Amino acid sequence: MQSLSNRKKVLEQKPMSFWERIYLPAIAKGLSITIKHFFKKIPTVKYPEEIRPYSKNFRGQHSLKRDELGRERCTACGLCALSCPAEAITMTAAERKKGEELLYREEKYAVVYEINMLRCIFCGLCEEACPKEAIYLDGKHVTADYLRKDFIYGKDKLLEPKFDITKLNQQSTSN
Amino acid sequence: MADEIQKFKVSIDGITIEVDPGTTILNAARKIGGDIVPPAMCYYSKLEGSGGKCRTCLVKVSKGSEKDPRPMPKLVASCRTTVMDGMEVMNITSPEVLDARKGVVEMLLINHPLDCPVCDQAGECKLQDLSYEHGTEQTRYEFERRSFERIDIGDKIQLHMNRCILCYRCVYTANQLTGKREHGIIYRGDHAEISTFIENALDNDFIGNVIDVCPVGALTDKTFRFKNRVWFTKPVDAHRDCPSCSGKVTLWYKGTDVIRVTGRKDEYDEVDEFICNTCRFEKKHTDDWVLEHPTDVSDQSVIASNHYHAFNPPPVIKEDAQLKEANIEQLARSEKLK
Repeated sequence: MQSLSNRKKVLEQKPMSFWERIYLPAIAKGLSITIKHFFKKIPTVKYPEEIRPYSKNFRGQHSLKRDELGRERCTACGLCALSCPAEAITMTAAERKKGEELLYREEKYAVVYEINMLRCIFCGLCEEACPKEAIYLDGKHVTADYLRKDFIYGKDKLLEPKFDITKLNQQSTSN
Repeated sequence: MADEIQKFKVSIDGITIEVDPGTTILNAARKIGGDIVPPAMCYYSKLEGSGGKCRTCLVKVSKGSEKDPRPMPKLVASCRTTVMDGMEVMNITSPEVLDARKGVVEMLLINHPLDCPVCDQAGECKLQDLSYEHGTEQTRYEFERRSFERIDIGDKIQLHMNRCILCYRCVYTANQLTGKREHGIIYRGDHAEISTFIENALDNDFIGNVIDVCPVGALTDKTFRFKNRVWFTKPVDAHRDCPSCSGKVTLWYKGTDVIRVTGRKDEYDEVDEFICNTCRFEKKHTDDWVLEHPTDVSDQSVIASNHYHAFNPPPVIKEDAQLKEANIEQLARSEKLK
């Protein structure tokens, strides 16, 4: 039967010729490829010394933000937990007492805020849902650990450290 | 047959219905149901004299009646206007009405703080729904919103005047359920506010119902304050033998705990039967109640997210009688070897 594509090649097996039998040309050809790679650019990134550039919209570990006065922005409205497709976020709300106005921005705040990093898929929907601009996935990778319980990140790990806004402004103007 | 009651024929957005004389346009529309029902923030069918305050239920009457077919010159509040024979009403088919409603929502939101992330009513708030459906995204109001301190009315109810839209529902509730007027609106116009005179504690056994009738988060349950968001709780209908009220309530569960008790609400957010304070504030244990079934929640409501419709969800695996018997046999055999 004739081939439909007309591209069929019939291979013919023949005994090896003299040059093929001594193998030396094949070895020389292989070695030349190996030697050529000595002079090429090395693609390996030596990780701890050298870090690959991150994409601008990389989503890493969450951080709970503070406002310009250093107060926690989160008001425990629960929209992040509602939008979370992996149901990784839980929180408990509490009422702000008198004298805590410099700690919390709104009259309600999250006394417990936990993200299960094993459940989290880093989709960023919590960031999108937040009406208070309180959560951003702007951290680095979530690191490996030994125990499951250590992957439930509480406020101690998520909350942004306090910073001085005036110094931050100076830096940005001097740059 | 002269004494037979004559029925009035009205058409609302082209849908005709026959109703008794004296019915309001709003109630005629509710008889038809669906999208053509005008929203209402202040009208409450169980409260006498309510309505006519918020203007969200404005409709256009394009034909007054069969005898006098002239249209009404202005938009009318459908909760206060009674139907006439042959009346033609336009609600969602009239761009004029939709435009007016947009303006009304903007007016209602002028002094509303929009603190939905903090407010306990968020998720079941009528004003939230209304502004989502009819409002604009941005406010044009540039002045400072009026603000008040929170007031405790008794030890179980909190009044947050910032959020109040002055619908007067709670005033009518207090008036009509207690028989003794202790609670009203003081000052006028822009300065008007809900108050109990000299902050009298209301001690009537049914006063908790002001929480249920409030369409916004102005009157809230202090025992539920900041406990949880509405959409993380599961509503279940339950009843108990209550000496003072019907005892028919909705329990709001979080896990195995009852964190809130409210009256049963219908599709227009009106309670079927008012419940007493004992049921509302003190019976927060499953033992106190006989559970019936999960409350029907509209699929569009945020409360419906992640909820099962059936009380006991159907089993994932089909029951197989043959397999069951074989398993019992297997168990008996392995028990014998012990």
